[in-house]
Amino acid sequence: MSSVTVDVSYKKRKTYTWLYFLLPSIAIMLVFFIYPILLTFYYSFTNLALTGEAAKELKFIGFDNYIRMFEDPTVRISIWNTLIFLIGSAVIGQQVLGFLVALLMKHKNKMFRRVIGTIVLAGWVTPEIVCALCLYSFFGDDGTLNAIITFFGIPEVTWLYTVPMITIILANIWHGTAFSMLVFQAALDDVPSEIEEAAVVDGASKWQILTKIIIPYIKDTITTNMMLVTLQTLGVFGLIYAMTGGGPGTSTTTLPIFMYNQAFVNYQLGYGTAISLLLLLIGIILSLFYIRSMKE
Amino acid sequence: MANGKRKLLLITTTLLCASLLFGCTNSKDKTTDTGDAGTGKNSTQTTKKTITITYRDDGIGEEGVFYKWIKEVSASYPNKDVEIKPTPIQASEGDYFAKIALALKSKDTAPDIVTEDTFILNSDASAGFLEPMDERLKGWEDWTNGSFIEAMKKGVTASDGKVYGVPYNTDSRGLWYNKEIFKQAGLPEDWQPKSWDDVLKTARTIKEKAGQDIVPIWMNMGKATGEATSMQTYEMLLYGTGDRLYDDASGKWIIKSQGILDALSFIESVNKEKLGPPLSKVLNGQAGNTSSREYLPKGKLAISLDGSWITGNYFENGAAPWPEYKDVLGFAPMPTSKGQEPGSITLAGGWALSIPSNAQHKDEAFDFIKYALNKENTQKLVIASGNITVRADVAKDPGYTKMPFNEIATDYLKNAEFRPAQDKYPEVSTQIQTMVESVATGTSPADAMKKYAQDVTRIAGNDHVMEK
Repeated sequence: MSSVTVDVSYKKRKTYTWLYFLLPSIAIMLVFFIYPILLTFYYSFTNLALTGEAAKELKFIGFDNYIRMFEDPTVRISIWNTLIFLIGSAVIGQQVLGFLVALLMKHKNKMFRRVIGTIVLAGWVTPEIVCALCLYSFFGDDGTLNAIITFFGIPEVTWLYTVPMITIILANIWHGTAFSMLVFQAALDDVPSEIEEAAVVDGASKWQILTKIIIPYIKDTITTNMMLVTLQTLGVFGLIYAMTGGGPGTSTTTLPIFMYNQAFVNYQLGYGTAISLLLLLIGIILSLFYIRSMKE
Repeated sequence: MANGKRKLLLITTTLLCASLLFGCTNSKDKTTDTGDAGTGKNSTQTTKKTITITYRDDGIGEEGVFYKWIKEVSASYPNKDVEIKPTPIQASEGDYFAKIALALKSKDTAPDIVTEDTFILNSDASAGFLEPMDERLKGWEDWTNGSFIEAMKKGVTASDGKVYGVPYNTDSRGLWYNKEIFKQAGLPEDWQPKSWDDVLKTARTIKEKAGQDIVPIWMNMGKATGEATSMQTYEMLLYGTGDRLYDDASGKWIIKSQGILDALSFIESVNKEKLGPPLSKVLNGQAGNTSSREYLPKGKLAISLDGSWITGNYFENGAAPWPEYKDVLGFAPMPTSKGQEPGSITLAGGWALSIPSNAQHKDEAFDFIKYALNKENTQKLVIASGNITVRADVAKDPGYTKMPFNEIATDYLKNAEFRPAQDKYPEVSTQIQTMVESVATGTSPADAMKKYAQDVTRIAGNDHVMEK
């Protein structure tokens, strides 16, 4: 009998021990993550403002901010810009380019890998704002790029004004590719060389090895990386703000820029938080989409 | 099992990464660098109180006019029981107001004195951030004996009728022009345009005759230049048509009118005919400095629709010293659209010293304001910064009138209009900037006005807007 009671209390203790160990991290999650989300959620239903009468009296205004969001054409433009920026710089740029760099570096000698790796990494280790200023001076009217093309007799182009979206996409690619490269390097190193050798013996072409062996083998890494890069890119603010400020017009206004403008330029914090939730929603939808596509 | 685990891992990663996005919403709170609020710093000298003054530092720190002025005034301040401490906020103009609003919210961060632009003063007052000063001002002779120009008190009076600040400068706006370029193009050096057509004709002549490198006319037209776009460009045009932003009688914002269309058409003409600056230069936040500190002094710009204060840049210790400016520049009044009464128009703004509701030492702060904004000290500040005075006694002082352009700039104030003292104004103003930039980049005036109408209706509500 007694042995049974001991057993039960032991089991009980065991069941709850994990909780004690998790408590600190749960507390941190609650304070720094769950609470701000709930607060943001709450504020998005209020007229919270930085100044003016609304700053004095916080009012619950129901779905007004959300209705306003759906009626605001700039929101649609911002979502569109965000998607273009995302596909251009994260999906095509960082992901594909990062993969290609990693693939091309595979089986190359150490020195080569080290030199190229360091060069690509330079963009990643540079702080975002420094990166933005570098590329601003590269694409600026009197910048490096114009200096180069005028040297060859080509007339100057106002890059940041004529093709602003392309400049910020290139900037983000330059800044972020190294991350994908590192992830893919690690994954490619894990592809057993025996399989590749066996395929070569069987007469598979390089393209077949890539599409039939390597890519399926690192499929999970591709999805995970896609998700990480997507979420990072969705939140890019400093780079765009410093280079184009979201302009000219609204041509580079992505959701984070739009949110900032509403919250800190128009002083409408409530509306700003509603937009931040939209951004979160887009992130979640895309992540779920990636998870599902990985299952298949 | 492995799949389930992986899924869990992915979900956790997603959530954690998503939390990065939230960084954006709250990060600004941490950057309110107003320094300490002036308490506890001098615990050893228990009687000495620290009065903090917050103002905008546009990046030049201790070289700044305002910093030097505070140092000078506080050195001569007779009450030695208080220490005056500058706690500047280094920010662009737009960011300054956001940072101020955040700082004023809390007792821990609110300074004792804050510099407020009169356009945001009403909003901050409505938010309860500022202390009404009427009672205190009653006992200050300078305020009641007519030393302050009566019209200027309007700028610091909020919609509740109370005074929330003591003004220290104002400004007027007009057309700066380079006489040398005018001469070269065969235009009169004493230029007095009578209508907008005159202005456009002159700009066309310059484009034809003065050479390709010279920009005929510069107006700020971007969102990035913020209030400068609203006030120096759009409102100068709109008010020149006879229309207004806000109808005081009915208490409604005017969202559609012929005046709005005319003002936007002027902007459209300037850009369509390529009479303005390259858009890549004018649509960025530095545009105001580019025109006043670079293009105008270097003779690359013929006409600039700008504020009276730009000459402050050309002083010996200014940002772009240019001793010849007195002879090269002319300052013409901005005509009304067709030359109708009153013939010319200007918008007046200005800055004031206010006491936050959350200030620690309100009485001491007010005493210091009285000293800092007496005749002698105000004069020092307006002369050093190139602004216009709000004090009638300074306006008559030879030390002030001998400064080039001061007299004409002050004279333009006769027809001065003020921005609506409405707490929605700052928000409406950003819609104006969006509207002006969209016209500058090719949207038709009618479409731009339509969007403006929608946006302002959304901000002010259906009951507070009207069409004319």
